[in-house]
Amino acid sequence: MRVLRWTIVAAVIVFLVAPLLVVAIVSINQNRYMDFPPSGFSLHWYTELVNDTGWRDAITRSLVIASASGGIAVLIATPLAYVLRAYDIRLAPLFYSLGILPFMLPPVISAIGAQVFWLSTGYFQRIENVIVSHGIFFSTLPLVTISLAMDQMDRSIGEAAQTLGANPRTTFRTITLPLLLPSIITGYAAAFVLSLNEYIIAFLVAGFAVETLPIKVFNSLRYGFTPTIAAVAVVFILIAATVFTMFAIFGNLLRFLGADTGLLDHDH
Amino acid sequence: MSDRRTPTRGTYLVLAFPVLMLVVFFVAPFGIMVAYSFYRRISGGFYEPAFDPASWSRLFERVFLDRAAFSIGISLLAGAVCIAVAFPFTFFLTRMRRRPHVALLILVLSALSLSEVIVGFAWSVLLGRASGISNVLVWLGLMDEPRAYQPGFLAVLLGLSYIAFPYCVLTLYPPLSRLDREITEAAQTLGASPWKTFRTVVVPIMRPTLMAGFLLVFVFTLGSYLIASILGRPEHWTLSVFISDQASFNANVPFAAAMALFLTVLSLVVVGIVMLLESRTRSAA
Repeated sequence: MRVLRWTIVAAVIVFLVAPLLVVAIVSINQNRYMDFPPSGFSLHWYTELVNDTGWRDAITRSLVIASASGGIAVLIATPLAYVLRAYDIRLAPLFYSLGILPFMLPPVISAIGAQVFWLSTGYFQRIENVIVSHGIFFSTLPLVTISLAMDQMDRSIGEAAQTLGANPRTTFRTITLPLLLPSIITGYAAAFVLSLNEYIIAFLVAGFAVETLPIKVFNSLRYGFTPTIAAVAVVFILIAATVFTMFAIFGNLLRFLGADTGLLDHDH
Repeated sequence: MSDRRTPTRGTYLVLAFPVLMLVVFFVAPFGIMVAYSFYRRISGGFYEPAFDPASWSRLFERVFLDRAAFSIGISLLAGAVCIAVAFPFTFFLTRMRRRPHVALLILVLSALSLSEVIVGFAWSVLLGRASGISNVLVWLGLMDEPRAYQPGFLAVLLGLSYIAFPYCVLTLYPPLSRLDREITEAAQTLGASPWKTFRTVVVPIMRPTLMAGFLLVFVFTLGSYLIASILGRPEHWTLSVFISDQASFNANVPFAAAMALFLTVLSLVVVGIVMLLESRTRSAA
């Protein structure tokens, strides 16, 4: 069993890390054409990422889309999660499913849906379309994080505030919202990272006019290989690892993922 | 819950914004898709409002059925591969000390957040001839000359398993980490070997969860677009590739809408089964 355990864990680590490692090696390879063993060390492909206007514009566009759509996702998720958990709403399960469903269906469905929606409004192939559609599609993530935080919140604090004379609005602003803030930030970050990486919705909504970073990567792959793609990949990987390491440090990553953390530490 | 407050008019006003957003931008598109799926195609990639079932009848044509069968097959296979590896992995993960535990979770989450295009690209490099795995083998003297393992069926399967694996781990993680340690300890006290405990105690308890994880991977890989188009030949393209290409390059939006609706029904059935299994696990716990 011990041997089996380490074999499986090691195999999974190799499986998850191997492609990333190869990409990292290619990204610092001197030669334009991929070769192994690498011919020499060079950061040329990273500087091209910053200097080439095509890549720089794609990065900027993707960052704009990710930060704005993360905002929309949070604006949808926060009131939904709060009202459904704090009040006795009759259709609560229906409204909650409505928020969960976009993420449960294969994204190509939402992508076609978004495409025909924007086509029928006559206002399409624009960056705003991608921002709104991403905001809707990724609102599931903050909805889940904020709902979890609502479940774990000590209700007596809010009740104490109201007993002391605070009206519901003041209670929400001074008690509930600050307590929800970590889960709102977590949800925002998750939506941000996934929007940054999303391809099919962005492509079908505005792919021919708004070239996001993943679209640019795929388009360049079609026209052949450049090590710049590897440099992009490394930047993506580092962003993701940083965001989730921050979660682990500042939030309770294990509980967020649904672990019974009382078994690991005693903060329960 | 009894401690929930009674909603006022203001509460509904607050609720109205998110619900309205979801109805307008998520539910309404399905209505529009239904309408588009009946539109008539006219020359030059245009279409006009009509009640033409042509796009729906194309769902019975050979090209579509072949793609659908291939997609369902490879997605089921990816689901089986993911569960077979993710289940023991997640089980061991939940029983680790905090530091390696968190580190492995960060690795899983980082892999989860990787763009499909990056995953596809990374595997195409790794399985390619120029600087891939075979070059390492040649360098070590284990092979005579480098060769390419992509594009191909196995490359697509590996790529799909890679993007679905983290989701699979995260689905299995909560129930496995909540699995009462006393149950496995009791089995071992009574003389069962760790392997026998795993097989006769853990697997039966987790069966509904495993089923749920398997079906989630199935739905998830069914929606993958980039993996199959980067790592496969046209005969390895999945339904999502077919749908997206119809919607963009072939400009046949009515047909794409009909196929997307078909995929929706298929996915909803699967998601429904998952929810049923989850409620059964909860009532059993």
